Amino acid sequence: MNLNLLLTKLARAAFTLWLVVTLAFVVLHASGDPIEALVGDQASQEVIDRYRAKFGFDRPLWEQYLTYFSGLAGGDFGISLSDRTPTLELIAAALPSTLRLAAASFGLGLLLGIPLGIVSALYRNSALDRFVMGFAVFGFSIPNFFLGILLILLFSLHLRLLPSAGGETAWHLILPAITLGTHFAGTFARFTRSSMLEFLNKQFMTAARAKGVPRRRRILRHALPNAAIPIVTIVGLKLGDLVAGSIVVETVFAWPGIGRLLVNAVSSRDLALVQAILILVACSMVLVNLAVDLLYGVIDPRIRASAASDKE
Amino acid sequence: MLNFLRRAAPLRTPAPDTALPARELRWPPIVVVALCFLGAIFVVFVFADLLAPYDYRTQSLLNRLKPPVWLGGDPRFLLGTDELGRDILSRLLYAIRFSLLVALAGTAIGAFLGTVLGFVAAHFRGLVEEAIMMMVDVQASLPFILIALAVLAFFGGGFGLFILLMGIYGWEVFARLTRGMVISANTHGYAVALSSLGASPWRIYARHVLPNILSVLIVQFTLNFPQVILLETSLSFLGLGIRPPLTSLGQMLGAGRTHILTAWWIAILPGSLIFLTTLSISIVGDWLRDRLDPTLSGR
Repeated sequence: MNLNLLLTKLARAAFTLWLVVTLAFVVLHASGDPIEALVGDQASQEVIDRYRAKFGFDRPLWEQYLTYFSGLAGGDFGISLSDRTPTLELIAAALPSTLRLAAASFGLGLLLGIPLGIVSALYRNSALDRFVMGFAVFGFSIPNFFLGILLILLFSLHLRLLPSAGGETAWHLILPAITLGTHFAGTFARFTRSSMLEFLNKQFMTAARAKGVPRRRRILRHALPNAAIPIVTIVGLKLGDLVAGSIVVETVFAWPGIGRLLVNAVSSRDLALVQAILILVACSMVLVNLAVDLLYGVIDPRIRASAASDKE
Repeated sequence: MLNFLRRAAPLRTPAPDTALPARELRWPPIVVVALCFLGAIFVVFVFADLLAPYDYRTQSLLNRLKPPVWLGGDPRFLLGTDELGRDILSRLLYAIRFSLLVALAGTAIGAFLGTVLGFVAAHFRGLVEEAIMMMVDVQASLPFILIALAVLAFFGGGFGLFILLMGIYGWEVFARLTRGMVISANTHGYAVALSSLGASPWRIYARHVLPNILSVLIVQFTLNFPQVILLETSLSFLGLGIRPPLTSLGQMLGAGRTHILTAWWIAILPGSLIFLTTLSISIVGDWLRDRLDPTLSGR
């Protein structure tokens, strides 16, 4: 990978993070006094002042910004305004659940979506293709909160097979993972199909066929690696959907992850916690995007070459 | 080039795509159904107040949790009532209006903002373009619901702020699209000819470039619109978007969720409407995209 390009990408990533951190700070201070929201209307001025001093809201703005920044750098994300524990602890406690749900639903989407897409492209315009594409449209059109409620209604309330809320056992994982995974399976199936179709018609496929390469080999060795590039792109793009989807789905199923933590923090206006989650999620998103960008270079030698030659 | 290949390999690719005129005349039945549904939704959007039998806020505690009429409910309340005895049908009609209003306003604001910034970036290039594209990158790298939740946490959820927030969604796609197309249009013969005839750049943009790129922007509008509907319904579902006494499809679904065991219709009816609306829009949008963009034909 070209060093110059790598540095540009790193600089962009750092800029994005700085912007998010700074915006979070500015917005936090523009939105009025969090202490008043915390202590309520009845509190005396003395109490308010004491809390202001305790959380450092009485110092000049630039000083607060610097303390805030150096705190973040040292891993201090502040104290949750509503239950007085460090926000980082709350987030760390919720993280494993979120990762488990993300892995399960994303895995389901990939395992189901990509084979379906390939089969659908190979038997284009067949009944199977139409069925798969029908499922795909269903998968990405149905709002995840609605699908979640339908699944709860069917599997928890009527059939009484699966738990509808909580995160204690593996059984609890099934419904949220299906809810989120259906969306990804639909999207991946569709993209895999159209990406495969594009390459199945290419000249090199005709050439391979003329050369007598067997069909299975043509598909797996000639078409699929090419089709994989747009698929990796869309998988990278869908990570944002994963974060967004988890926020909603975790709330629907009372799954004890970061998404639900965030929604609860927004509802109770626990600004410190919102801020910490925002920054940490933005960090991980930016890092993952960076990783996906670098991954292209590995998969597709052309991108390495063209990125080096037409750097803006 | 591809046509040559299609003829060369007739077994794998039978060529219905080459019969272009016949293809254009055909309206797939599913598209017709979707269009009819959207038409009905639009009628409700415009005439909700005339169609609704009751006001959506009218409570009637004696008539709480009545099922829809086909499940043995009260004929005065066709689709049943909710936990406060409010008529579900009336609430649905108004919810459609509020949800669509927010989504339309949001998408339109985003499209306008993004298109203008795209033109600005393409016109001035240099630092201005860098700055705009930086912002595009930042917004594109974060899921918008995260930004939206943060803003709602910090500023609370007024109706006006909420619409503005929906307007910030998706501007970056329009900005990126417009910038690319305008830069390429500026090198086209017609733009060069017009500017050598003495037309001012903004006149060329408004009268010639914009009409040329409009179809792409319209397609993007149809892609963003259902996403804004989903964003609004998600946030309202979480109780952070449109809040009572106003209502929206997501707000109804979120509030009805707690009664799902005893009165499923409160949640399932608005949920189905959201689903059918986004489904119809994506069916029509796909079809429209295939028709407006001939390079995609046969996908």
